[in-house]
Order: sequence, then C-alpha cells, then structure tokens
Amino acid sequence: MSRIEKAFDNKKAFIGYVMGGDPNLEKTEEFIMRLIDAGTDLVEIGVPFSDPIAEGPVIQRANIRALAVNTRLKDLFGLVARLRLKTDTPFVFLTYLNPVFRYGYDRFFEKCAQSGVDGVIIPDLPFEEQEEVLELSKKRDVDLISLVAPTSQERIKKIAERASGFLYMVSSMGVTGLRREIKTDLAGMARLAKSVTDIPVAIGFGVHTPRQAKEMSEIADGVIIGSAIVKLIEEHGEKAGDILYNYAKNIKRSM
Amino acid sequence: MKAGRFGEYGGQYVPETLMNELYRLEEAYNAHKDNPSFVNELNDLLNNYAGRPSLLYYARRMSEELGGAKIYLKREDLNHTGSHKINNVLGQALLAKRMKKTRLIAETGAGQHGVATATAAALLDMECEIFMGKEDTERQSLNVYRMELLGAKVNAVTSGTMTLKDAVNETMREWASRTDDTHYCLGSVMGPHPFPMMVRDFQSVISLEAREQILKAENKLPAVVLACVGGGSNAIGTFYHFIPDKDVRLIGCEAAGLGVDTAMHAASVTKGEVGIFHGMKSYFCQDEYGQIAPVYSISAGLDYPGIGPEHAALFDSGRAEYVPVTDEEAVAAFEFLSKTEGIISAVESAHAIAYAQKIAPTLSKDASVIICLSGRGDKDVAAIARYRGIMVNE
Repeated sequence: MSRIEKAFDNKKAFIGYVMGGDPNLEKTEEFIMRLIDAGTDLVEIGVPFSDPIAEGPVIQRANIRALAVNTRLKDLFGLVARLRLKTDTPFVFLTYLNPVFRYGYDRFFEKCAQSGVDGVIIPDLPFEEQEEVLELSKKRDVDLISLVAPTSQERIKKIAERASGFLYMVSSMGVTGLRREIKTDLAGMARLAKSVTDIPVAIGFGVHTPRQAKEMSEIADGVIIGSAIVKLIEEHGEKAGDILYNYAKNIKRSM
Repeated sequence: MKAGRFGEYGGQYVPETLMNELYRLEEAYNAHKDNPSFVNELNDLLNNYAGRPSLLYYARRMSEELGGAKIYLKREDLNHTGSHKINNVLGQALLAKRMKKTRLIAETGAGQHGVATATAAALLDMECEIFMGKEDTERQSLNVYRMELLGAKVNAVTSGTMTLKDAVNETMREWASRTDDTHYCLGSVMGPHPFPMMVRDFQSVISLEAREQILKAENKLPAVVLACVGGGSNAIGTFYHFIPDKDVRLIGCEAAGLGVDTAMHAASVTKGEVGIFHGMKSYFCQDEYGQIAPVYSISAGLDYPGIGPEHAALFDSGRAEYVPVTDEEAVAAFEFLSKTEGIISAVESAHAIAYAQKIAPTLSKDASVIICLSGRGDKDVAAIARYRGIMVNE
C-alpha cells in the first residue's frame, strides 16, 4: 500500500496545504510537522511560481513571500527529504508546469522519488496535456494527481479512469480561496468518478470551516484546505505553529 | 501534428475548469468561420464599421530618404479605434454573440485591445470588463477613460508586476470563475488553443489585402515584410499569406527596451527560452528556475514576456526572423516617420519602422518592403515627449 493509499485507508483524510518557503524553509518544516501532529493525513506543499493563475489572492501572496526568500525546487526536495526522516505522512507537490519543465521532467520525477514526494498536482496540466509527464511519473511511481472541476461534466469519467493517487475535485468555479457556500453538485460528481475508479476522491477549493469540512467529508474521501491555512500563516508569521495545530485539530475532529 | 500545435509549440495548458469552454469555443469557431452568414456579417462590420480594406501606402519620402527599397506602409492605424486590434475583436465578439454570450472580458496593455473590445461590446450591446495592470492604467489613463466612455468597467490589476502579463493572469482567473455567459476576448495570437489559430485567422485579413495590393502596385512580391511583435497578432496577420512565398523575408521586431544585454527588455525570442505559460508552450523571458521574468519596453503593447506559438515555430523553422529593436531606436523611428511622412505611428509599430531604416538601404531600388503600421500614435505622444525630457499636459 502506498503512503497516499494509507492516508485514506479506513478513514476520511484531511489534506492540508502550505506554501513551501512561506515565510521561510525552517518554518515550513515546523508548520508541516505541527499539522501532522494535529492529525493531518496528507500534506500538499506548494512550489512557488511567479504567476499562479489558478490561485486566489491569499495563495498568490504566499507565492510572492516564498519567492522573496528565493525558495527553489531543490530546496523543497531537501525539505521533503528531511521530513521523510521524521514521518511517513504522504507529501504531494502542487506546482505549475513551467518550473518543472525548466528543471527537467525526468530529473524532477527522479528527485521526487528519491526525496519522498509521493505525488504531484499540476493545475495547468489538464488531461489532454498529461502525456507531457505521464510516463515519467509512472516510471518513478510518483502519482500524477488529476483535477476535475464543476465544468468537467462528461470529462470526469475519462479523467478519473486515468487518475492516480487521489482525484482532486474542485468544488467551485474560479480560483482557490475561502467561500461562504459551495453550490456545486459535488455528490453527483463524486458518484460519476466512483463509477470508474477505486481511487479516493478529495474535495478542495473554498473549504475553511469545520462545518464545511464535515459536510465535504460526507460526500468524499478527503477534504483539502489551502487558503485558510495559508491565511493563518500570513497573519501570524513565524509564530503560526500553535494556531495551525489547533486549527488542524478542529478540522480533523469535525470529520 | 496534434490539433492546436505549431510544431512542438502551442497546446492547452490551462486549469481543468476551462477545458470544456475551450472545446465549446473551438467547436463554435469551426462551425461559424466559413458559414456565409457569419462571414458576411463580419465582412460588413470590417468594411463599413472598421474601415477596411486598409490602405497600402507608398511612403515615397521615407523610401527616398533611406535610399534603397521602396517602402509601403500597411495602414492598420487608419482602422476604427486606431489599430489592427479591431480585426480580431469584431470576429470574436460576433462569435461570442452566436455562442449566446452576453459579456466580454479582455486583458489590455497599452489599452488598444481594451478600447477595441469595449467598442465591439458597445456596438453589439454586450457587457464588458477590461483587466489592465495598475501601472498601465496610470501610464495610459486616457485610454481608461475612453473604455469607460464606451461603457466598459476597467479593473486595475494590482498583482505581480501590474502590467500586461498580470492582466492576462487576472482575466484568466475571471474567466475560470464565470464561463456560462462570458467570453474571454483574448487580444493576441497567444494563450491556449484555439486562440492562436482563431486570432491569426481574424488578423490574416492584413496580409490577404497587402499581398493583393502590392502585386497590383509593384507587379511582384515584396522582398521583406516587417511587423512589430509582442504576443504577435499584427505580425502573424501581416506574415500569414506570405508564408508560402519562400522568397519573401518575414521579420518580426521585438522590444529590446534598454538593450538585450540589460534586464530591461521584452525580447522573448532573442533572449527567452522555451517554456509553458499562459496556456501555451512557446518562448518566454524567464529565469533558470522557470519563473517568468519581469519585462520592460517603452511600448506597453510589446511589454509581454512571451510570443505566440506560431511565431516560435516560424522562428525554429527559419521561415521568419526575429530581431531586437531598442526604445531609443523606436523613438527615433517614431520621430523620423512623423517628419518624413506626416504619420504619427504607435510606438509599437515604430519598432518595425526602426528596423526598416536599417534594412531598406541594403536592398535594391526595385525591391519593396511592407511594414505593418499596426496602430496610430496619439496615445504615445505624451510618453515620447517625456522620453525626450519634455512635460506635456495630456
């Protein structure tokens, strides 16, 4: 069983997102461990990019902060390698394609495997373009995580059929960020996906309260929270550790 | 070759949320582009509203001054709204209407594409929102008011470098949040498929006319065709029908800003590397880590870190050449054309004029050169004055 499979095994998974290098690498390492200690089952680590077109303002600002301290892919591989000595919690990179392209696809997936990155989410790599990296990710046993959106409709089946790791279900139109309510027929989307795949389905985009997390966990196998966590880091900076721990604890308890 | 690819370039590197909408757009475009009712409606607007065909003007004084090839100017500056942008906008707006969209959104740099989009929206009774880098709204405040006069809402984009690339980011984000009634009227031959193909088709009217016009005037094809390149829409439009004419040199003039050996330029072919951004694989100004570089040009319309994928393929195959032109050269050309021909061109187009000044004297007197004069320069007068150290009130 892979580390990602274990995260969903017999439980609803809470997936937390932090931006790598926000506010700096040492703090990212500490924050990730605090999230894990509070029960986070899988951690998404953002790879900063100059132009994150799928992100709302909160995560955009985190990209800027991480780039301002010169966070590079190689630093994040180092971070994961250090974390791997302490934990078996799965790690997934969320990165735009260009930094990966420039790093070199083959070298990227090789380093993922070596350092202990279990999967990769690439928001600007839709189904049609996945062959760009699909074989290389398979060769290194790194899950290429696919996304489905409220507009995906009939595409959900073919995307889910090829998906590995878990299926990332985007709850709402638009970009990442906090939302008061989510109106999409997520249960219908999840059913459609489940009809063709056995891999778990996790819902992200807009989730931030324990109540929402509970609702989403009733529909799906996991819940992804990004902007709310990043916002706490933005507000509390280097002192965010305890606050993140308590936040994750509350979310996890609600699920 | 895969659909939507020019060699290895192009593609559809966008979030899943937009994929079905791109398919719908491609489908609608293919269904309407050769449909007589669509073609007639578009041609009627191009001819009777935008003022096509545009003149191919023989620039006698400029030719004599340079002492080589005969120079012809393709006068896109004479179109309604003052640039080539209207060719594409009318096409996309009509298509959007047929797709039952009621709202147009668009990015703009200098404001020419924003003004053209706001114009089409007014004409076709559509809602319109324009995204413009905050820095550009300040540099081009007159165009902001112009768009508002036309009924558009202008959003100043404060993310990133607050210029054209950030305006594109923000328009894509907006589109991802609302596709049901909204069409993204992309302004150049860039972004995900089908935009590079569709925008090129709408702009190819420039070379369709120019090729006929030059054959009529000179009885032979030009030696060189020149156009400025940012994203590359006027350039691809000017090149397109000359591509099969192997003896015609096609030259795109990129913004070299303060020089390609400084960090202050927007020369994505000369100095950029292959990358993937804004939905396409192409050449981009970027650092070794794949972060998109801040770019600079005196011309807000060329101030973009990438180039359309078809240009990238034309460059690789050697069919087209791309040369850098600095701010200083462009400003000198802007002044030169004003004084020799009485034409104040857009500072974007002045990049092509500048390269003509270099190349025309090397060609024989019976050769001809076509330059796309992509826009008029009223919007740039104050900036050129500032460049020369003169303060004028706009």
